[in-house]
Amino acid sequence: MRRLLSPVSIVVVIAVVALLGLLVYGVRSTSPDASIETALASGARPRAPALELPRLDGRGEASLSDFRGQVLVVNYWASWCDPCRAESPLLERWHRRLADRGGTVVGVDVLDVTSDARAFVREFGLTYPMLRDADGTTQKDFGVAAYPETIVLDRSGRIAALRRGPVDEEFMRREVARLLEERA
Amino acid sequence: MRRPTGVLRAAALALVMLALGPASALAVTCPQTSVADLEDEVMCPVCKTPLGLAQEAPQADRERAFILERVERCQSKGAIKVALAAEFGDEVLAVPETEGFDLAAYLVPAIALIAALGACALAVGRWRRSGLAPAVGSSAGTGSTSGPADGAAGPGAEASARLARDLERYDL
Repeated sequence: MRRLLSPVSIVVVIAVVALLGLLVYGVRSTSPDASIETALASGARPRAPALELPRLDGRGEASLSDFRGQVLVVNYWASWCDPCRAESPLLERWHRRLADRGGTVVGVDVLDVTSDARAFVREFGLTYPMLRDADGTTQKDFGVAAYPETIVLDRSGRIAALRRGPVDEEFMRREVARLLEERA
Repeated sequence: MRRPTGVLRAAALALVMLALGPASALAVTCPQTSVADLEDEVMCPVCKTPLGLAQEAPQADRERAFILERVERCQSKGAIKVALAAEFGDEVLAVPETEGFDLAAYLVPAIALIAALGACALAVGRWRRSGLAPAVGSSAGTGSTSGPADGAAGPGAEASARLARDLERYDL
Protein backbone atom coordinates (compact mmCIF):
# COMPACT_ATOMS: atom_id res chain seq x y z
CA MET A 1 0.00 0.00 0.00
CA ARG A 2 2.87 2.30 0.93
CA ARG A 3 4.52 1.44 -2.37
CA LEU A 4 1.30 2.38 -4.26
CA LEU A 5 1.18 5.77 -2.58
CA SER A 6 4.80 6.62 -3.32
CA PRO A 7 5.40 9.97 -5.09
CA VAL A 8 6.59 8.23 -8.26
CA SER A 9 3.39 6.13 -8.50
CA ILE A 10 1.24 9.21 -7.98
CA VAL A 11 3.11 11.12 -10.68
CA VAL A 12 2.78 8.19 -13.10
CA VAL A 13 -0.98 7.91 -12.43
CA ILE A 14 -1.44 11.66 -12.93
CA ALA A 15 0.54 11.51 -16.20
CA VAL A 16 -1.53 8.58 -17.51
CA VAL A 17 -4.82 10.29 -16.58
CA ALA A 18 -3.64 13.55 -18.21
CA LEU A 19 -2.68 11.73 -21.42
CA LEU A 20 -6.02 9.92 -21.52
CA GLY A 21 -7.82 13.23 -20.97
CA LEU A 22 -5.83 14.78 -23.81
CA LEU A 23 -6.71 11.85 -26.07
CA VAL A 24 -10.44 12.19 -25.33
CA TYR A 25 -10.27 15.97 -25.88
CA GLY A 26 -8.41 15.42 -29.15
CA VAL A 27 -10.95 12.93 -30.46
CA ARG A 28 -13.87 15.15 -29.45
CA SER A 29 -12.40 18.38 -30.83
CA THR A 30 -11.40 16.93 -34.19
CA SER A 31 -14.48 14.82 -34.89
CA PRO A 32 -17.17 16.47 -37.02
CA ASP A 33 -19.97 18.34 -35.29
CA ALA A 34 -23.21 16.38 -35.51
CA SER A 35 -25.37 18.95 -33.69
CA ILE A 36 -27.16 19.98 -36.90
CA GLU A 37 -28.25 16.40 -37.61
CA THR A 38 -29.42 16.03 -34.03
CA ALA A 39 -31.48 19.21 -34.23
CA LEU A 40 -32.99 18.27 -37.60
CA ALA A 41 -33.84 14.79 -36.34
CA SER A 42 -35.80 16.34 -33.50
CA GLY A 43 -37.77 18.46 -35.98
CA ALA A 44 -36.01 21.73 -35.17
CA ARG A 45 -34.46 24.11 -37.67
CA PRO A 46 -31.22 25.46 -36.21
CA ARG A 47 -30.04 28.89 -37.27
CA ALA A 48 -27.31 28.68 -39.91
CA PRO A 49 -23.86 29.85 -38.85
CA ALA A 50 -22.72 33.17 -40.30
CA LEU A 51 -20.66 32.64 -43.41
CA GLU A 52 -18.63 35.32 -45.12
CA LEU A 53 -16.11 34.35 -47.78
CA PRO A 54 -14.33 35.76 -50.83
CA ARG A 55 -15.97 35.06 -54.16
CA LEU A 56 -14.21 32.46 -56.29
CA ASP A 57 -13.93 34.91 -59.19
CA GLY A 58 -12.00 37.30 -56.95
CA ARG A 59 -14.67 40.01 -57.07
CA GLY A 60 -15.01 40.86 -53.40
CA GLU A 61 -16.75 38.90 -50.67
CA ALA A 62 -20.22 37.54 -50.07
CA SER A 63 -22.07 36.29 -47.04
CA LEU A 64 -25.18 34.22 -46.51
CA SER A 65 -26.95 37.32 -45.20
CA ASP A 66 -26.66 38.80 -48.70
CA PHE A 67 -29.23 36.19 -49.77
CA ARG A 68 -31.67 36.85 -46.93
CA GLY A 69 -35.26 35.99 -47.77
CA GLN A 70 -34.25 33.35 -50.33
CA VAL A 71 -34.21 29.59 -50.12
CA LEU A 72 -30.53 28.70 -50.18
CA VAL A 73 -28.89 25.48 -51.28
CA VAL A 74 -25.35 25.74 -49.93
CA ASN A 75 -23.14 23.19 -51.64
CA TYR A 76 -19.61 22.41 -50.39
CA TRP A 77 -17.47 21.06 -53.21
CA ALA A 78 -13.95 20.80 -54.63
CA SER A 79 -12.70 20.33 -58.19
CA TRP A 80 -10.74 17.18 -57.25
CA CYS A 81 -13.88 15.51 -55.88
CA ASP A 82 -15.46 13.09 -58.38
CA PRO A 83 -18.97 12.99 -56.84
CA CYS A 84 -18.93 16.81 -57.02
CA ARG A 85 -18.50 16.56 -60.77
CA ALA A 86 -21.43 14.18 -60.97
CA GLU A 87 -23.86 16.42 -59.08
CA SER A 88 -22.87 19.77 -60.61
CA PRO A 89 -25.20 19.63 -63.66
CA LEU A 90 -28.14 18.86 -61.34
CA LEU A 91 -27.29 21.79 -59.09
CA GLU A 92 -27.07 24.12 -62.09
CA ARG A 93 -30.49 22.95 -63.32
CA TRP A 94 -31.98 23.54 -59.88
CA HIS A 95 -30.34 26.94 -59.59
CA ARG A 96 -32.14 27.98 -62.77
CA ARG A 97 -35.42 26.63 -61.44
CA LEU A 98 -34.96 28.39 -58.12
CA ALA A 99 -33.91 31.72 -59.57
CA ASP A 100 -37.47 32.62 -60.62
CA ARG A 101 -38.96 31.45 -57.34
CA GLY A 102 -36.84 33.23 -54.74
CA GLY A 103 -34.07 30.75 -54.29
CA THR A 104 -30.49 30.12 -55.29
CA VAL A 105 -27.69 27.62 -55.08
CA VAL A 106 -24.49 28.91 -53.46
CA GLY A 107 -21.33 26.92 -54.09
CA VAL A 108 -18.50 26.89 -51.56
CA ASP A 109 -15.24 25.63 -53.01
CA VAL A 110 -13.08 24.13 -50.27
CA LEU A 111 -9.36 23.28 -49.98
CA ASP A 112 -8.86 23.61 -53.69
CA VAL A 113 -6.45 25.17 -56.14
CA THR A 114 -8.14 28.38 -57.33
CA SER A 115 -7.31 27.87 -61.00
CA ASP A 116 -8.66 24.29 -60.86
CA ALA A 117 -11.88 25.51 -59.26
CA ARG A 118 -12.37 28.22 -61.86
CA ALA A 119 -11.74 25.70 -64.65
CA PHE A 120 -14.37 23.42 -63.05
CA VAL A 121 -16.93 26.25 -63.04
CA ARG A 122 -16.22 26.97 -66.70
CA GLU A 123 -16.34 23.28 -67.65
CA PHE A 124 -19.80 22.77 -66.15
CA GLY A 125 -21.09 26.23 -67.03
CA LEU A 126 -22.08 26.92 -63.43
CA THR A 127 -23.82 30.26 -63.08
CA TYR A 128 -24.68 30.28 -59.39
CA PRO A 129 -22.65 32.32 -56.88
CA MET A 130 -19.37 30.67 -55.95
CA LEU A 131 -17.47 31.35 -52.76
CA ARG A 132 -14.03 30.12 -51.83
CA ASP A 133 -13.09 28.66 -48.45
CA ALA A 134 -9.34 28.19 -48.94
CA ASP A 135 -8.56 26.52 -45.62
CA GLY A 136 -11.96 25.00 -44.88
CA THR A 137 -12.67 27.21 -41.85
CA THR A 138 -16.41 27.56 -42.44
CA GLN A 139 -17.05 23.88 -43.08
CA LYS A 140 -16.43 23.13 -39.39
CA ASP A 141 -19.43 25.28 -38.46
CA PHE A 142 -21.65 23.15 -40.69
CA GLY A 143 -20.03 19.89 -39.59
CA VAL A 144 -18.82 19.19 -43.12
CA ALA A 145 -16.49 16.20 -43.07
CA ALA A 146 -16.46 15.02 -46.70
CA TYR A 147 -17.35 16.30 -50.17
CA PRO A 148 -19.81 17.09 -51.49
CA GLU A 149 -22.20 18.12 -48.74
CA THR A 150 -25.28 20.27 -49.13
CA ILE A 151 -27.15 22.35 -46.56
CA VAL A 152 -30.60 23.73 -47.36
CA LEU A 153 -31.65 26.97 -45.66
CA ASP A 154 -35.19 28.32 -45.45
CA ARG A 155 -36.08 31.94 -46.12
CA SER A 156 -35.39 32.82 -42.49
CA GLY A 157 -31.81 31.58 -42.65
CA ARG A 158 -32.48 28.41 -40.68
CA ILE A 159 -31.15 24.99 -41.68
CA ALA A 160 -34.04 22.89 -42.97
CA ALA A 161 -32.22 19.94 -44.51
CA LEU A 162 -28.81 18.43 -44.91
CA ARG A 163 -27.23 15.92 -47.26
CA ARG A 164 -23.87 14.40 -46.44
CA GLY A 165 -22.91 13.20 -49.91
CA PRO A 166 -24.09 14.06 -53.42
CA VAL A 167 -27.62 15.37 -53.87
CA ASP A 168 -30.09 13.81 -56.29
CA GLU A 169 -33.33 14.87 -57.91
CA GLU A 170 -35.39 13.21 -55.21
CA PHE A 171 -33.63 15.05 -52.38
CA MET A 172 -34.02 18.38 -54.15
CA ARG A 173 -37.74 17.79 -54.79
CA ARG A 174 -38.41 16.62 -51.26
CA GLU A 175 -36.32 19.13 -49.31
CA VAL A 176 -36.02 22.22 -51.49
CA ALA A 177 -39.30 22.44 -53.39
CA ARG A 178 -41.40 22.49 -50.20
CA LEU A 179 -39.39 25.44 -48.79
CA LEU A 180 -40.27 27.58 -51.81
CA GLU A 181 -43.88 27.59 -50.65
CA GLU A 182 -42.96 28.94 -47.24
CA ARG A 183 -42.82 32.64 -46.39
CA ALA A 184 -39.96 34.20 -44.47
CA MET B 1 51.87 47.43 -78.18
CA ARG B 2 51.56 43.84 -76.95
CA ARG B 3 50.74 44.89 -73.46
CA PRO B 4 47.50 46.78 -74.26
CA THR B 5 46.31 43.83 -76.36
CA GLY B 6 46.85 41.53 -73.39
CA VAL B 7 44.92 43.88 -71.14
CA LEU B 8 42.11 44.06 -73.68
CA ARG B 9 42.00 40.29 -73.94
CA ALA B 10 41.90 39.94 -70.17
CA ALA B 11 39.13 42.53 -69.95
CA ALA B 12 37.15 40.78 -72.70
CA LEU B 13 37.60 37.45 -70.93
CA ALA B 14 36.44 38.97 -67.64
CA LEU B 15 33.35 40.39 -69.39
CA VAL B 16 32.54 37.00 -70.91
CA MET B 17 32.96 35.32 -67.50
CA LEU B 18 30.73 37.92 -65.90
CA ALA B 19 28.09 37.41 -68.56
CA LEU B 20 28.19 33.62 -68.28
CA GLY B 21 28.52 33.55 -64.50
CA PRO B 22 24.90 34.14 -63.49
CA ALA B 23 23.61 31.83 -66.23
CA SER B 24 25.81 28.97 -65.12
CA ALA B 25 24.91 29.61 -61.47
CA LEU B 26 21.22 29.51 -62.43
CA ALA B 27 21.71 26.25 -64.30
CA VAL B 28 23.33 24.70 -61.24
CA THR B 29 20.63 25.76 -58.77
CA CYS B 30 17.60 25.03 -60.89
CA PRO B 31 15.40 23.24 -59.88
CA GLN B 32 15.94 24.47 -56.35
CA THR B 33 13.84 21.81 -54.70
CA SER B 34 11.67 18.79 -55.48
CA VAL B 35 8.22 17.45 -54.69
CA ALA B 36 9.79 14.71 -52.56
CA ASP B 37 11.72 17.29 -50.59
CA LEU B 38 8.55 19.20 -49.74
CA GLU B 39 6.25 16.23 -49.15
CA ASP B 40 7.24 15.71 -45.54
CA GLU B 41 7.11 19.42 -44.71
CA VAL B 42 3.57 20.17 -45.87
CA MET B 43 0.20 18.65 -45.08
CA CYS B 44 -2.59 17.27 -47.17
CA PRO B 45 -5.33 19.43 -45.58
CA VAL B 46 -8.13 17.00 -46.43
CA CYS B 47 -6.33 13.82 -45.30
CA LYS B 48 -4.87 15.60 -42.22
CA THR B 49 -1.57 13.79 -42.76
CA PRO B 50 1.79 14.88 -44.17
CA LEU B 51 1.55 14.99 -47.96
CA GLY B 52 4.09 12.17 -48.28
CA LEU B 53 1.74 9.78 -46.49
CA ALA B 54 -1.30 10.68 -48.59
CA GLN B 55 -0.71 8.40 -51.53
CA GLU B 56 -4.15 7.87 -53.08
CA ALA B 57 -6.03 11.01 -52.14
CA PRO B 58 -7.15 13.12 -55.12
CA GLN B 59 -6.61 16.34 -53.18
CA ALA B 60 -3.04 15.24 -52.40
CA ASP B 61 -2.44 14.54 -56.10
CA ARG B 62 -3.60 18.04 -56.98
CA GLU B 63 -1.37 19.48 -54.29
CA ARG B 64 1.60 17.56 -55.70
CA ALA B 65 0.81 18.88 -59.18
CA PHE B 66 0.63 22.40 -57.72
CA ILE B 67 4.08 21.94 -56.16
CA LEU B 68 5.58 20.34 -59.29
CA GLU B 69 4.39 23.24 -61.41
CA ARG B 70 6.33 25.62 -59.17
CA VAL B 71 9.38 23.37 -58.91
CA GLU B 72 9.58 23.44 -62.70
CA ARG B 73 9.38 27.21 -62.58
CA CYS B 74 12.49 27.05 -60.38
CA GLN B 75 10.80 28.47 -57.30
CA SER B 76 12.50 27.94 -53.96
CA LYS B 77 11.11 25.74 -51.21
CA GLY B 78 10.18 28.82 -49.18
CA ALA B 79 8.38 30.45 -52.11
CA ILE B 80 6.41 27.25 -52.79
CA LYS B 81 5.41 27.02 -49.14
CA VAL B 82 4.18 30.62 -49.25
CA ALA B 83 2.17 29.81 -52.39
CA LEU B 84 0.70 26.70 -50.74
CA ALA B 85 -0.28 28.67 -47.64
CA ALA B 86 -1.90 31.33 -49.83
CA GLU B 87 -3.88 28.63 -51.64
CA PHE B 88 -4.86 26.31 -48.77
CA GLY B 89 -4.26 28.39 -45.63
CA ASP B 90 -1.54 28.08 -42.99
CA GLU B 91 -2.75 24.63 -41.96
CA VAL B 92 -1.04 23.24 -45.06
CA LEU B 93 2.32 23.89 -43.42
CA ALA B 94 3.23 21.01 -41.15
CA VAL B 95 3.39 23.30 -38.13
CA PRO B 96 0.82 22.78 -35.35
CA GLU B 97 -1.35 25.76 -34.41
CA THR B 98 -0.85 27.50 -31.09
CA GLU B 99 -4.43 27.04 -29.96
CA GLY B 100 -6.93 24.27 -29.34
CA PHE B 101 -5.82 20.65 -29.47
CA ASP B 102 -2.75 21.50 -31.57
CA LEU B 103 -1.34 23.36 -28.59
CA ALA B 104 -0.71 19.93 -27.06
CA ALA B 105 2.00 19.42 -29.70
CA TYR B 106 4.04 22.08 -27.89
CA LEU B 107 2.88 21.48 -24.32
CA VAL B 108 3.23 17.71 -24.11
CA PRO B 109 6.94 17.57 -25.12
CA ALA B 110 7.70 20.49 -22.78
CA ILE B 111 5.92 18.81 -19.86
CA ALA B 112 7.54 15.47 -20.72
CA LEU B 113 10.98 17.14 -20.78
CA ILE B 114 10.38 18.79 -17.41
CA ALA B 115 9.12 15.48 -15.98
CA ALA B 116 12.12 13.60 -17.41
CA LEU B 117 14.55 16.15 -15.95
CA GLY B 118 12.75 15.92 -12.59
CA ALA B 119 12.91 12.12 -12.70
CA CYS B 120 16.61 12.25 -13.59
CA ALA B 121 17.32 14.65 -10.70
CA LEU B 122 15.37 12.39 -8.35
CA ALA B 123 17.18 9.28 -9.58
CA VAL B 124 20.61 10.91 -9.30
CA GLY B 125 19.78 12.07 -5.76
CA ARG B 126 18.73 8.56 -4.76
CA TRP B 127 21.73 6.96 -6.44
CA ARG B 128 24.09 9.32 -4.66
CA ARG B 129 22.47 8.63 -1.32
CA SER B 130 22.51 4.85 -1.82
CA GLY B 131 26.07 4.97 -3.20
CA LEU B 132 27.37 7.10 -0.34
CA ALA B 133 26.01 4.93 2.49
CA PRO B 134 28.26 1.84 1.91
CA ALA B 135 31.17 4.09 0.90
CA VAL B 136 30.93 5.93 4.23
CA GLY B 137 30.70 2.57 6.03
CA SER B 138 33.71 1.12 4.22
CA SER B 139 35.81 4.25 4.71
CA ALA B 140 34.98 4.16 8.43
CA GLY B 141 36.09 0.49 8.51
CA THR B 142 39.32 1.30 6.70
CA GLY B 143 40.04 4.10 9.15
CA SER B 144 39.56 1.84 12.14
CA THR B 145 41.78 -0.89 10.64
CA SER B 146 44.67 1.31 9.75
CA GLY B 147 46.97 -1.26 11.25
CA PRO B 148 46.87 -4.61 12.99
CA ALA B 149 48.39 -2.98 15.99
CA ASP B 150 45.17 -1.13 16.60
CA GLY B 151 43.54 -4.43 17.38
CA ALA B 152 40.23 -3.22 15.99
CA ALA B 153 37.76 -5.66 14.45
CA GLY B 154 36.79 -5.77 10.75
CA PRO B 155 37.41 -7.90 7.70
CA GLY B 156 40.60 -6.02 6.77
CA ALA B 157 42.02 -6.29 10.28
CA GLU B 158 41.14 -9.98 10.49
CA ALA B 159 42.87 -10.73 7.19
CA SER B 160 45.94 -8.77 8.20
CA ALA B 161 46.14 -10.61 11.51
CA ARG B 162 45.81 -13.96 9.76
CA LEU B 163 48.55 -12.97 7.31
CA ALA B 164 50.84 -11.98 10.18
CA ARG B 165 50.20 -15.28 11.95
CA ASP B 166 50.92 -17.25 8.76
CA LEU B 167 54.13 -15.37 8.16
CA GLU B 168 55.28 -16.08 11.72
CA ARG B 169 54.53 -19.76 11.28
CA TYR B 170 56.78 -20.07 8.24
CA ASP B 171 60.43 -19.77 8.80
CA LEU B 172 61.61 -18.21 5.61
